[in-house]
Amino acid sequence: MKLSIQINEGPYQHQASDSAYMFTKAALEKGHEIFRVFFYHDGVGNGTRLTTPPQDDRNIVNRWADLADEYKLDMVVCVAAAQRRGIVDEGEAERNKKDATNIQPQFRISGLGQLIEAAVQSERLVVFGD
Amino acid sequence: MSEQIKKFLYLNRRAPYGTIYAWESLEVVLIGAAFDQKVSLAFVDDGVFEIVKGQDTSESGFKNFSPTYAALGDYDVNQLFVEKESLEERGLSIDDLMHLTWEDEDEDWAEKDSIRVVSRSELSEIMADQDVVFSF
Repeated sequence: MKLSIQINEGPYQHQASDSAYMFTKAALEKGHEIFRVFFYHDGVGNGTRLTTPPQDDRNIVNRWADLADEYKLDMVVCVAAAQRRGIVDEGEAERNKKDATNIQPQFRISGLGQLIEAAVQSERLVVFGD
Repeated sequence: MSEQIKKFLYLNRRAPYGTIYAWESLEVVLIGAAFDQKVSLAFVDDGVFEIVKGQDTSESGFKNFSPTYAALGDYDVNQLFVEKESLEERGLSIDDLMHLTWEDEDEDWAEKDSIRVVSRSELSEIMADQDVVFSF
């Protein structure tokens, strides 16, 4: 089945990203297709490479990045939500005159149209959040 | 943008200003309106407060985004379901809500109400009938 995933909460504060990761990984291992993973609301916080959790805990950002590398996942961070919360790639840094970037390279920043398109193109949109 | 037409329901469950879900939901609705899908909104639980009339955020510092709901009709978003039980549980009635309308181009731009109050069981049927439910 062709699925898309929406994640509405940031890492660690909330289980949504963990549950979404496990669901996505299990779906891929079962041979399902993941059309897109879309990060919205505080979910955009899953896309910063600057997180440094304690070494004996899971690294949520790296875990997503590794999964993306393994399965060529399209992981999209909503631009409007990202701008509010300070998730920045080079294009956004230039456009908004910021002195740094923090996006994890396996993620990309794009518009909400990507979420709508994912909902249209996929057989199911599975939403993780409160 | 896409030849495929699906039924999209945006389910609004939260009060407008305590969290950002309501405002960011509205942003999805506005962007999504460009995609020519069949769109409706539902307001349940504290989500019914999102469309209460006379919202004033001046002392909280939050942006008052409630006027945006009045523009939805211009985006061909004109099916707004409000759950009757959610209103009643909060001591509200349809008279407490903004008067949201749209203009029907098939009937010489006649002004029509966008809001329809439905029961919990009607709403569950509406939800079951959707292809996609965005829950905020």
